[in-house]
Amino acid sequence: MSGVAVHLQGLRRTFGTVHALDGLDLELHPGELIALLGPSGCGKTTALRILAGLDDADSGKVVVDGKDITRLPANRRDMGMVFQAYSLFPHLTARQNVEFGLKLRGRERTTGRATEMLELVGIEQHADRYPHQLSGGQQQRVALARALAIRPKVLLLDEPLSALDAKVRVQLREEIKRIQTEVGTTTLFVTHDQEEALAVADRVGVMRAGRLEQLGAPADVYLSPASAFVADFVGLSNRLPGVLTGEGVEVLGTTLPLVSPATGATNVTALVRPESVDVVPDPAGAGKVLTASFLGPFSRVIVQVGDDLVTAQVASGTVADLAPGTPVRVELRPVAVALEGIS
Amino acid sequence: MARLTFRRRQSVFRWVVLGLLGVFFVLPLVAMVEFTTRGDQKTWSTLVDWPQLSETYPDLADGIVMSLGQAALTAVLMLVLLVPTAIWVRLRLPGLRRLVEFLCLLPLTIPAIVLVVGLAPVYAWVNYLIGGSSLTLTFAYTILVLPYAYRSIDAGLSAIDVRTLAEAARSLGASWFTVITRVVLPNIRSAVLSAAFLTVALVLGEFTIASLLNRTNLQVAINLLGKSSATMSVAVSLAALLLAFVLLLLLSLVGDRRKKAS
Repeated sequence: MSGVAVHLQGLRRTFGTVHALDGLDLELHPGELIALLGPSGCGKTTALRILAGLDDADSGKVVVDGKDITRLPANRRDMGMVFQAYSLFPHLTARQNVEFGLKLRGRERTTGRATEMLELVGIEQHADRYPHQLSGGQQQRVALARALAIRPKVLLLDEPLSALDAKVRVQLREEIKRIQTEVGTTTLFVTHDQEEALAVADRVGVMRAGRLEQLGAPADVYLSPASAFVADFVGLSNRLPGVLTGEGVEVLGTTLPLVSPATGATNVTALVRPESVDVVPDPAGAGKVLTASFLGPFSRVIVQVGDDLVTAQVASGTVADLAPGTPVRVELRPVAVALEGIS
Repeated sequence: MARLTFRRRQSVFRWVVLGLLGVFFVLPLVAMVEFTTRGDQKTWSTLVDWPQLSETYPDLADGIVMSLGQAALTAVLMLVLLVPTAIWVRLRLPGLRRLVEFLCLLPLTIPAIVLVVGLAPVYAWVNYLIGGSSLTLTFAYTILVLPYAYRSIDAGLSAIDVRTLAEAARSLGASWFTVITRVVLPNIRSAVLSAAFLTVALVLGEFTIASLLNRTNLQVAINLLGKSSATMSVAVSLAALLLAFVLLLLLSLVGDRRKKAS
């Protein structure tokens, strides 16, 4: 199955005095999975609901496969949707839930198609169970099978993993990626979890105040954030003072390359990822460890260097030498950095 | 030791209260049974023999038929009006929820006699337009049962995520009619049954409106019968009471099943 192109053009939506969408433009290529990422209230869910036909835009257009469907009701849009809340029909079994949309379309072989979809999401052994007999992860798998069974033009995922525990979330997001690649349906995935977005998406759109702040491949969004907001939201970033030189930017005595050339002011703020920072115990070092937090395979250490606080991500094996108060030397790896306010 | 004495006292007090309440409720019923079975009267055998009852007490038979008709029609009209309204308000007009709740609970605060004063001129038109059948009381009774039926249906809707279920069904291609009939209704079936049982129980026990609007129903017939055949009147009252008990028992069983299912 090949996907269709989706184009959201200049979408605006206001709730009272709040501008949920402020002229959003977004284009999804056929078969592509785009993750919309952003903090609560940034408009990502509103955009998805308008695409689904569950909410109306004040202005703007929704174009799917070249057709303007802005005024088309939700039940005639041919879109599969998985919701954040568990949305399986409680009075129907898993199989009957998957068959629901097929029967409405009067399609033959509903049972065969339902079985096929339940197998695709790996839950065929629970086909005759009711939703209350399934775990949260299993319910979301059935919801995914139900959404895909109708062969939708577009698949919409509205924070489908947010109600699940961490381990199931990771498993299921990988399943979603596998299944989406297999069926090739154009997919819009809304989430506030940056790790989830980076893991599953072909492209990630970071939203802020009803607009797209940056749209790009996950690596580009992470390594070359378009703004301080993106750098901050997608992973942690240190904001460190630096001086522009001909070769890059000098931060804490180390010259770092830039993700994009910059001109203008000499004194700038560089956005440095914690994983690009090394912390070495050194009695003559200019830094002092403030806190060290154990996070499993790695630890987060905050070091005070002069007036600046530097966050570093270090291997947990080395954190024993970095107790609070330990004098340390901070070293920056020569990884390209972005500058605040300069894209 | 002191705790043991306290528990014993508590237990005795509990049994005394239960005993007093039992006597208070059961004694009149026992008296009714005793009164209707005194001597060699054939009250109960007549009551269960419909052809004989219709022949001997035609007004009572008419009252029973009318009450059953009113109960069935009221339950249907109430469900047809209230269920789609309650669902629609939840889905599309949540801002109106408080207003609808207020309107539905209003009849609870208005005494039946006041309702009749307001309904009398309305029923003059009802007489003129569709005749003076006692079944026309269905309209008044639909208003009367609104508070109870609304509470029941609203509780049923609160127990499920109506909005998400409806949106899921819409995205799968369901029309609004399909959403209501195939997604929401099956999930509030217990609440709808409860509303229907309450409606039947209330209608079977209604006297004031029927009497003041000069219509016939079971309670009006019992009242009239009391003047000519006290024994049969008491027997029918007892039978109506038992029917109401059975309905309430069914209601509580439905409620239990709902709790277990959730």
